[in-house]
Amino acid sequence: MTTRPTRIEVNCTTGEVLEIELTDAEVAQMEADRVAAEARKAEEDAKTVALADLKASAKAKLIAGKPLTAAEADTLIL
Amino acid sequence: MTLIQSVTLASAQASISFTSIPATYTDLCVKLSVRCSDAATDRQMFMSFNGSGTSKSSRVLRGSGSAASSYTSTDMETGRVDGAGSTASTFSNIEIYIPNYAGSNNKSASSDGVTENNATSAFAELAALLWSNTAAITQVSFAVDGGTNFVQYSNAYLYGIKNS
Repeated sequence: MTTRPTRIEVNCTTGEVLEIELTDAEVAQMEADRVAAEARKAEEDAKTVALADLKASAKAKLIAGKPLTAAEADTLIL
Repeated sequence: MTLIQSVTLASAQASISFTSIPATYTDLCVKLSVRCSDAATDRQMFMSFNGSGTSKSSRVLRGSGSAASSYTSTDMETGRVDGAGSTASTFSNIEIYIPNYAGSNNKSASSDGVTENNATSAFAELAALLWSNTAAITQVSFAVDGGTNFVQYSNAYLYGIKNS
């Protein structure tokens, strides 16, 4: 048996604190958000790796006195 | 500055909302100490007003521990929340200021938040937030990106500020 997620509502007029079970639609939205966040994270991680690779390639070419690509040069310019 | 309400979570919760906020103050200030259950080092926290999921935007300035960046979002991104991948038992600190919340103009806000992590990756974020809606704010809600929960002992304090 799984426990349905809940949310907290604090009524600022009465001081009442309610713990409310999420609706089916809200649970489905949470799952969709989780999937979307995983996809975004994978994309961000891929970009981070690609940038690190470009920087490493630019550094190696500079040391070797070889010409850089435009993308490699971009990693060196602020 | 007057404390309106506060809450400390006794168990994990998908969101935290302050409802029926009285219109008797000039501005609002929210201070949060929060952590989420996601396996990642951190996740973004989103804010909404009056339960609205539309007409939101933000401009975020970020330091990640190794790089500085800025970006625009179509949500109100208020700062990153420590996840299970960050140092154990640490909580992010986030403060949000909401001026003229009961007025009849579009609603702007600012946020200042940091994650706590004993590693290179730790975030500091400043954000300018906008809800393009003229309704008075009566509800402020927070949720974490990625369909994850705020963990037990996360807390939020809502303050009202008067200029007289």
